[in-house]
Amino acid sequence: MHAPVRALTATLAALTLSSCSLMGGSDPAEPSSSASDGTTGGTSGGTVVLATHESFHLPKKLVREFEEESGYTLEVRAAGDAGTLATKLSLTADNPIADAAFGIDNTFASRPLGEGAFASFSPTTTPPDEYALADGGDRLVPIDSASVCVNVDTDWFDREGLEPPQTLDDLTDPAYADLLVTPGASTSSPGMAFFLATVAQYGDDWPDYWTDLMANGAEVVDGWEDAYYGDFTAGAENGTRPIVVSYDSSPAFTVTDGRTTTAALLDTCFRQVEYAGVLAGADNPDGAEALIDWMLGDEVQSALPESMYVFPVMPGATVPDDWAEFAPQPTSPFEVAPDEIAANREQWLTEWTDVVSR
Amino acid sequence: MRRILALLLLAAGPVLVLGVLFVLPVTGMVAEGFVADGRFAPGAVLDVLARPRVHRVAWFTVWTSGVATVLSVVLGLPAAYALHRLALPGRAAVRAALLVPFVLPTVVVGVAFRQLLGEGGPLGALGLDGTPAAIVAGLVFFNVAVVVRTVGVAWESLDPRPGQAAAALGASPWQVLRTVTLPALRPAIVGAASIVFLFCATAFGIVLTLGGVRHATVETEIYLLTTTVFDLQAAAALSVLQIVVVVGLLALAARLRAVPDPTAQRTVTPVRAVRRSDAAVVAATGAVLAAMLVPVLTLVLGSLRVDGGWGLGNYRALSSTGDNQALLAPVTSALATSLRTAVDATWMALLVGVLVATIVTRRSHSRAERRVRSTLDGFFMLPLGVSAVTLGFGFLITLDRPPLDLRDSPLLVPMAQALVALPLVVRTLTPVLGGIDDRQRQAAASLGASPWRTLLTVDLPVTWKPMLAASGFAFAASLGEFGATSFLARDDSPTLPVVIFRLLGHPGAMNYGMALAASVVLAAATATAMLLVERLRVPGVGAF
Repeated sequence: MHAPVRALTATLAALTLSSCSLMGGSDPAEPSSSASDGTTGGTSGGTVVLATHESFHLPKKLVREFEEESGYTLEVRAAGDAGTLATKLSLTADNPIADAAFGIDNTFASRPLGEGAFASFSPTTTPPDEYALADGGDRLVPIDSASVCVNVDTDWFDREGLEPPQTLDDLTDPAYADLLVTPGASTSSPGMAFFLATVAQYGDDWPDYWTDLMANGAEVVDGWEDAYYGDFTAGAENGTRPIVVSYDSSPAFTVTDGRTTTAALLDTCFRQVEYAGVLAGADNPDGAEALIDWMLGDEVQSALPESMYVFPVMPGATVPDDWAEFAPQPTSPFEVAPDEIAANREQWLTEWTDVVSR
Repeated sequence: MRRILALLLLAAGPVLVLGVLFVLPVTGMVAEGFVADGRFAPGAVLDVLARPRVHRVAWFTVWTSGVATVLSVVLGLPAAYALHRLALPGRAAVRAALLVPFVLPTVVVGVAFRQLLGEGGPLGALGLDGTPAAIVAGLVFFNVAVVVRTVGVAWESLDPRPGQAAAALGASPWQVLRTVTLPALRPAIVGAASIVFLFCATAFGIVLTLGGVRHATVETEIYLLTTTVFDLQAAAALSVLQIVVVVGLLALAARLRAVPDPTAQRTVTPVRAVRRSDAAVVAATGAVLAAMLVPVLTLVLGSLRVDGGWGLGNYRALSSTGDNQALLAPVTSALATSLRTAVDATWMALLVGVLVATIVTRRSHSRAERRVRSTLDGFFMLPLGVSAVTLGFGFLITLDRPPLDLRDSPLLVPMAQALVALPLVVRTLTPVLGGIDDRQRQAAASLGASPWRTLLTVDLPVTWKPMLAASGFAFAASLGEFGATSFLARDDSPTLPVVIFRLLGHPGAMNYGMALAASVVLAAATATAMLLVERLRVPGVGAF
């Protein structure tokens, strides 16, 4: 009877020990409330907390440089997708979860703005006007942009001796029947962007376009990863569809032997711009402003493509050679005003779901 | 009355934990929907419940989960018997391997299923892609292990003598099964089935990936309404509907679980040699295993594809953050984070779970007492049946001020995982604990044993193996947990599922392969951990 007792004690002891090491080790007592140290003193210092989505990433070296130069400690809370972030910020507008937020895009901007989540702020360097929000431009600062465009597997089209499509209209051409796969507007952010491109192009007639698209054998899947890695001929092992909704930068990732095997159709693009802002009621607003200024600086802007797969907004930033060569950006992407998106999103999605489920 | 008071006092700790970590956040989030412009306005919420779409979504959830639950039980029972009662070679390894689907990220499994079922896949001709059948298959894939483990553990400690007696009296094997074995196993089967149903009804990633946008369940709908549309009233309506259905289901399960005399003689039965008459059971087990192996094999093969050839390049790429910094952290350190978090979640779930299981299985002396115990039992199952989205946002808006300022705490992730693992622990332990004859404890006490000694000599020998099984289970559930973790995890120490999800989120020839390789690493780590836990056998327990 001693054996089970001993074994149990040993197990419990092991569990307790290993867990103690976790609680002690992973988070060296550094609560965010210490941020107030910095603001009360009037000089820089303390912790600045950034709320963002799960795709956020910047090189550790750059973060260290920022901390050394500014005297702040950066704490990143990255979780959930852009919609989750927007909801989080909207729900906690009266007691913010961080000092600054990054990753609110133009399709979600009006919600947290409407809830009063952001304080007004003007950065020391001004990004180009073309990215500014018409409403809320005093609170949200553009940091990067990425356009969602229809991509084609040019190798596949070469092999088949077929001319690739060019426009949204082409996608309903029977010549391209059963070749398109797109993530859903209701479940995916690029899916939503593609849907908005069709709204911008066809206005109130978009349901007719989508009816034609579905009749022409378009496949609608859950997320971008399903479409690209599950169905796209250039992304999946046994994909069957050479037309996919992806990004303008995607062709830079299919480069072999000095040429890319895919192309983005630049007349089908909807531009997503990601913004940053200082949260209203932040513990450390000075730190938040310093952080956003840093994100507009040359180092971060030039690191954006490799770290987050997006284009910088500042004209002086450098982009990688592959990007410059193989991933041209659209010159006149489709646009839909954030307010219009917010006002119609639910009704559009309901109607869209009906059309694609038919 | 005094007994009930004592009972409530004992239960106060776990109830408080669940109250703070579950009831408070969910209530807070649901209340957001009920309050419009600062006034209590339940009308709008009730209106939502009348929408035809809501009815469609609710019905779809119930029937797919129901079918998946029945299939999981039917397929899981033979395997539970074969793997826990028969001396099959390598059964420990197989039992450990069965938990692998449990930890695989749903996105990865979803893509693997779609490569099988999709237009270009080997099973593409069946036309299952995007159908409810594909969703059900995915749900069964994830949940068979729950049935095998919970029922298997109860089966293992079931006294074989009543069955042998029946057989000696001329009962056919089928009659023995129907009249002796299954009734004794009923609490375990119903318990397993209710867990599976709740898991299915709140499944998220797998429904989206396999069902496409055509099929919505209550859970996916709550996510859509909360994060994309920001229609908190509709989300609250669905959350309330979800809670009502879950509570109803748990009440039903409690009735079905209650057997007239739960006291079956509990022993630790040695496994017996495989006989010719076991052929059907073994074959059925083999078939289930094979079916589960196919998607896993697809993953392993996929992880070995490099530039159209074969190789270990994807695995090598995991050891650093890579040239293009696709990884937040080397997989080794993400795995370490995952394991540490899982250890924390496991001891939390085990601590609370053992207490809860003990409380709910002690013999009741009055109807009121029985009712209290059964209510408590159901209460601790609730976290499985309520939307992770509602809970996650609820954390942010209710646990945000002292003294309950937990939303920035690094302990939040293991605590959330422990909430998910807790019902697994409770359901694994209760059938066994409930089966201990209270007279044994009384006999020990009357012979002068202290309560501690009684616990050590009566309860522990029988519950030792189930406890190991339960902790392994909790550990695996925590390792694979993605919903709450991705919502709460911190960037500086991501868990492995979070890293995998990130890899899948971007184009690039290597990323997909690396995501598959990381999944295989996660699966292998889980299986190894399970094998080690199974090794923690106590020699001599059988002597009791």
